[in-house]
Amino acid sequence: MEPFIKHTGLAGPLDRVNVDTDQMVPKQFLKFLTREGYGRVLFYDWRYLPGENPNPEFVLNQPRYKGASVLLARANFGCGSSREHAPWAILDYGFRAILAPSYADIFYNNCFKNGILPVTLSNEQMDELFKRAEKEGYRLTVDLQQQVVTDDSGLRYSFEIDPFRRDCLLRGLDDIGLTLVHDQHISNFERKNLKQPVMYDPVDVKFHKQPHLQRN
Amino acid sequence: MAARTLYEKIWEAHTVREEPGQPTLIYIDRHLIHEGTSPQAFAGLKAAGRKVRQPQLTFAVMDHSVSTKNRLLPVLDADALGQFEALARNCEEHGVHLFDMHSKNQGIVHIIGPELGITQPGQTIVCGDSHTSTHGAFGALAFGIGTSEIEHVLATQCLTQFKSKTMKIEINGKRPRGVTAKDFILAVIGKIGIAGGTGYVFEYTGEAVRGLSMEGRMTMCNMTIEGGARAGMVSPDETTFAYLEGRPFVPRGGDFQVAVDHWRSLATDPGARFDDSLTLNANELAPMVTWGTNPGMVTQVTDRVPDPSSFNDPVDREAASRALVYMGLKAGTPIEDISVDRVFIGSCTNSRIEDLRAAAKVVAGKHVSKDLKQALVVPGSRRVKVEAETEGLDKIFRDAGFEWRDAGCSMCIGMNDDVLPSGERSASTSNRNFEGRQGKGGRTHLVSPMMAAAAAIEGHFVDIRDWKNADGAE
Repeated sequence: MEPFIKHTGLAGPLDRVNVDTDQMVPKQFLKFLTREGYGRVLFYDWRYLPGENPNPEFVLNQPRYKGASVLLARANFGCGSSREHAPWAILDYGFRAILAPSYADIFYNNCFKNGILPVTLSNEQMDELFKRAEKEGYRLTVDLQQQVVTDDSGLRYSFEIDPFRRDCLLRGLDDIGLTLVHDQHISNFERKNLKQPVMYDPVDVKFHKQPHLQRN
Repeated sequence: MAARTLYEKIWEAHTVREEPGQPTLIYIDRHLIHEGTSPQAFAGLKAAGRKVRQPQLTFAVMDHSVSTKNRLLPVLDADALGQFEALARNCEEHGVHLFDMHSKNQGIVHIIGPELGITQPGQTIVCGDSHTSTHGAFGALAFGIGTSEIEHVLATQCLTQFKSKTMKIEINGKRPRGVTAKDFILAVIGKIGIAGGTGYVFEYTGEAVRGLSMEGRMTMCNMTIEGGARAGMVSPDETTFAYLEGRPFVPRGGDFQVAVDHWRSLATDPGARFDDSLTLNANELAPMVTWGTNPGMVTQVTDRVPDPSSFNDPVDREAASRALVYMGLKAGTPIEDISVDRVFIGSCTNSRIEDLRAAAKVVAGKHVSKDLKQALVVPGSRRVKVEAETEGLDKIFRDAGFEWRDAGCSMCIGMNDDVLPSGERSASTSNRNFEGRQGKGGRTHLVSPMMAAAAAIEGHFVDIRDWKNADGAE
């Protein structure tokens, strides 16, 4: 995972509450086997007219927001389905940071697994940012080290973030590697607690390596 | 020892490692996977040269993209076929149990876990699907995760988690006739909003919840995620144990008694403290119908489509206006005047045998409205399907003009060819009425199985309480 330390980029506004992950990546794009290439389909139903022609009504299609990499959003961003395709699409589209008053739980977790920084600001602060983003070429700097969002005109909003999550993002740590450091703890836990499932009534399940589990 | 909640007991029993200032490493007892969100996790595992740590704790099923028609025909959707093949290959390679699309036990992941007894009280259960909260009905801690976390569980059988706050949701009194668990949970979400539960785990309690069957409790826990909470739970009791006894993965005889004694000890202790609480009275609840584009935009069947200007918060006003445009509805329209094009009875929320019985009772001897374009019944699993057929429910549905299908997620998410066409309106027993959820441009109204069945007969929403003998519980 690419570390997130500090990022400066064009702000792209999406002024809607409760944007769900079905809107970020609709169902028809959930059948691919890779994590790549979802940027093209981000906000698909809002973004495109039939024939995949850009919908001029959709705010991020405006030429002035081309290349935006800091997404301004509203409350409960990312609600609904757990699909990680949503943050994959956001990242692949080019966003490195999201600024919003609140996030849905699973989406918020998923962002950190992909090197996206979801910053939580107040409603009032977001109102101000949306206002400033009306000016063409409005850029923001999101600094995770200092925990501040700044612009060129003196705006400076500090934000809170869990220290552990911050550290993982700053260093681009591999979660699994981090857990496997505690392999001995896991093994100890398993020795004391692990009970393998037993199939008392055989059911037609395919299971290739441990047929001894089937017991009458 | 201080009084503890069910959530706290499970959390403590699964703590592998904790350190101040860090998330806790918790052990995962059961990992459920499906074809939709798992391929990238296995690919990640492989790329890192890692193995599945405890393959026998993971159970896989094909549900999201499967056809609900003739499954013996070749899969024409190449992308879906790719997912099925990837899942089969990954399970074979790593020694993971797989219920493939031809298994007699195939079904929606959140239906088959409980009905096979894979789901048990006191477990931690995760799945790359937000409706994993369903399994909390058994007194398990169950929640949805992303694909990176699937990979994490495959590799370590653990997850790093921050402890949630707890909220007690108490529904007192007796469940009124015609009002179901679906209406309970829609009322709760209507009250707290779709982000009202963010950061919380809910425990449902009170006389009306205790009186629910396991199917009803699963419906409530299933839609907990629609209120933003991480998980929903119900303390295990006699109803739970009776449901589990004799299921394929549940211990037998003396071992069952030992298990029950343990399960009983998991229930929230009297006097245990919750961070927050909400109390509702069942006798004030009514059949619910959503009118907007999220499950919190919901009202009683006897109400009208709200006027956006009636909302105090400008954000809610704006969201309501936008929703009415998408839904093609006028403020002030009585809910009962809204006509529907299609009816879908299915999904991990409402496709269990009890749901089908309740709907069948409503449609028995009647016929769907001639204005209806389609009425679908999709059993949640093949076990449910066989059980329903044994009881003759398939015949009742077919005679009434419904299509009787094979098991899968179907029109809840429309990843197979069961899709709600643009501009059409559905009465659906599923869990999400987001824009485009059932099909691009489709307009979804969430209701209980009885309400969906009645809407199919009349061609518009009706108050099921006005129908005699409608409630399966009568």
